[in-house]
Amino acid sequence: MTDNGTHTDRKWWTPFNVIVGIILAAGAILTVMRFTQGIGAVTNLDNNNAWGLWIGFDLLCGVALAAGGYVTSAACYIFGLKRFHSAVRPAILTAFLGYALVVLALHYDVGRPWRLPYPIFVSQGTSSLLFEVGLCVFLYLTVLFIEFTPAAFEWLGLKKIRALVVKLTLILTIFGVVLSTLHQSSLGALFMIAPSKLHPLWYSGYLPVYFFISSMFAGMSMVIFESTLAHRYLSRHMDDTHHREAPGVALGFAKAAAFVMAGYLGIKLIGIAIDDHWRLLTTGWGMWYLVEVIGFVAFPALLFAMGVRERNLIFVRWAAAWTVLGIVLNRLNISVIAFNYHLPSHERYVPSLMEIGTSVFIVTLGIVIYRFITTRMPVLHEHPDYSAHSPEQKSI
Amino acid sequence: MGISRRKFIGGLGALALGPAMGIPGTARGASNKEFAGWPDSQSVLHDITKCIGCRKCESACHRVNHLPDPETSFEDLTVLDQKRRTDADIFTVVNRVDNILPVFVKTQCNHCLEPACASACFVKALEKTPEGAVVYNEKLCVGCRYCMVACPFNIPAYEYHKALAPRVTKCTMCHPRILEGKRPGCVEECPAGALISGTRDELLAYAWDRIRTYPERYVSHVYGEHEMGGTSWLYLSGLPFGQVGMREDLGTKSAPELTSGPLSAVPIVVGLWPVLLTGVYAISKRKEKIAEQEKQAAVADAVDQSKKQAQARMETLRKKWEQEKQSAINFEVKKALEDAAAKDPEPGQSKEDE
Repeated sequence: MTDNGTHTDRKWWTPFNVIVGIILAAGAILTVMRFTQGIGAVTNLDNNNAWGLWIGFDLLCGVALAAGGYVTSAACYIFGLKRFHSAVRPAILTAFLGYALVVLALHYDVGRPWRLPYPIFVSQGTSSLLFEVGLCVFLYLTVLFIEFTPAAFEWLGLKKIRALVVKLTLILTIFGVVLSTLHQSSLGALFMIAPSKLHPLWYSGYLPVYFFISSMFAGMSMVIFESTLAHRYLSRHMDDTHHREAPGVALGFAKAAAFVMAGYLGIKLIGIAIDDHWRLLTTGWGMWYLVEVIGFVAFPALLFAMGVRERNLIFVRWAAAWTVLGIVLNRLNISVIAFNYHLPSHERYVPSLMEIGTSVFIVTLGIVIYRFITTRMPVLHEHPDYSAHSPEQKSI
Repeated sequence: MGISRRKFIGGLGALALGPAMGIPGTARGASNKEFAGWPDSQSVLHDITKCIGCRKCESACHRVNHLPDPETSFEDLTVLDQKRRTDADIFTVVNRVDNILPVFVKTQCNHCLEPACASACFVKALEKTPEGAVVYNEKLCVGCRYCMVACPFNIPAYEYHKALAPRVTKCTMCHPRILEGKRPGCVEECPAGALISGTRDELLAYAWDRIRTYPERYVSHVYGEHEMGGTSWLYLSGLPFGQVGMREDLGTKSAPELTSGPLSAVPIVVGLWPVLLTGVYAISKRKEKIAEQEKQAAVADAVDQSKKQAQARMETLRKKWEQEKQSAINFEVKKALEDAAAKDPEPGQSKEDE
């Protein structure tokens, strides 16, 4: 990836731009196909498998990995851990883009996307957990948007309205944590209605708790992972404060993640014990479950802990990437892989290449927008007029 | 007293009988509310032992629901060789299960008493009617397909190939016909008496009567009496239901019961989280403030201390200087006296002179 940043001698034929161009073009074709020939023309979904990759990856993973927004802003503004300050803006931006892309992906997945406001404005199905998810995602997207606006206002030089929004920081952060608690957990609770379809090792009365707790370390890992990438490719847009604070942020979140993951393992164990599913662990599905829990939770948790003890950022970064993969695996297990496990193999769902292509397209769109914003607005650096280290200018 | 004895006793009676009789508007307190289905709602009993696999119910279903004709005609019984399920334009299917003799099972929406699909729908597009049918309103449907995920019987189908207005489709129990006082299309057409319609209570009583009368013919279970909280479609079978392709592991909990726990957590989170988080914020703020105060106190203390030390040093210096000054004065005085003594050898005389 080459990014020389100046508008005068920008090179267009960089490998990054070529790959992105191809993906976006393919995405445009898939979009046209989806909206002219129907969901069936681009996906492998069928009547037994109503939810596929677009829900399992785009929605469930998208929301879990965007948890960095509420985790970081809560750490900084509620728990008063000021050293996380320079990580707040990139985390809020990632969260906002994550949620915006989740909503975009839903436009592909639902049959009549123009009716997506219906559950909130037309007919409220309050007995549905999906209603709760929809309402919270709608409200949280609004909160994230407002939380991000100070960066845009600084860029545009609108000082008064920026000052107004900054005053709302604490309330917005608390509101964000409440909404995140609700919808992160409800995404897990969605599957509680189908005990006959989800494999008993993944089905649990604790599904909402699992989803909420795992969203915490998903968010922390994503902040570390994203910061690793940003340091490699967008380093020039960072100021000294960001550079100075970044290792501390990584080590701080690594330590927290190691603890939360240990707690998560504990409640997973309790879940197995309460339902008395020990004997299922020796089956084929049990092995797969252990791969997820030991390989993608216990192992990276240990790696985080070692990274913190040795103050080894390489360990921490690898652990973060590994944990992100583990979250993706967990969400896909619950929504796709261990869901409908009882169906014969020819009735099982495997995503089509076009479904995967659409998901890649949406992720790529996110990266492009992230880069567009971070190379222009004060996200990875502070705006000189509003330095956080001058006491009267507490910026978001 | 504004309340007479009779009124008071009558009130007690209403309190006691209210919940038992299900009078609307009476307080239920914390009692376990159980929904046993709408009274006198319509039901269908499918006696699997009587089904001959003629597919007449399928063709009747297509006719009364104005569904497009399938590729192979309903006369063609070879389709029974493959396992089929309901589809976007097929609301009911008959499947053959091979035993010593072939056994035929009709599948369609079971019209649960407390449907998973209706409970899962976030726009209330699916609804259980008091007449018994679970009906779908395409004017509200967003197409999220959570109903299909939720349905334990894998019944709702989706029009995946419609780009503009895809619908969820499923058996309607011929709700419009029921409202007209007619029987569902499939029940009307069945030549073998394998489908009987009536109120749920009647059919349950009839089914158990059959089981008691012909214990060798039926397994002692009416499928749908309790499955997923009970369904409006009931089944009798000669083989264990697991062997005719029906799930026996669904349990008796209704779908709303499965999700009531997480839903009830919502108000608690909304109520408690802001209080707790504001508390955490206040504590961290206060800690900061105290740390700041302590720092200031320590600084003030240090300043104070050094001031005192300086003062003490000043004091000693001053004393020393005073002492030195005193001794210098003494010395000067002494010296002056000595000088004076040397100039005037008899000072005593001069005093006497005065």
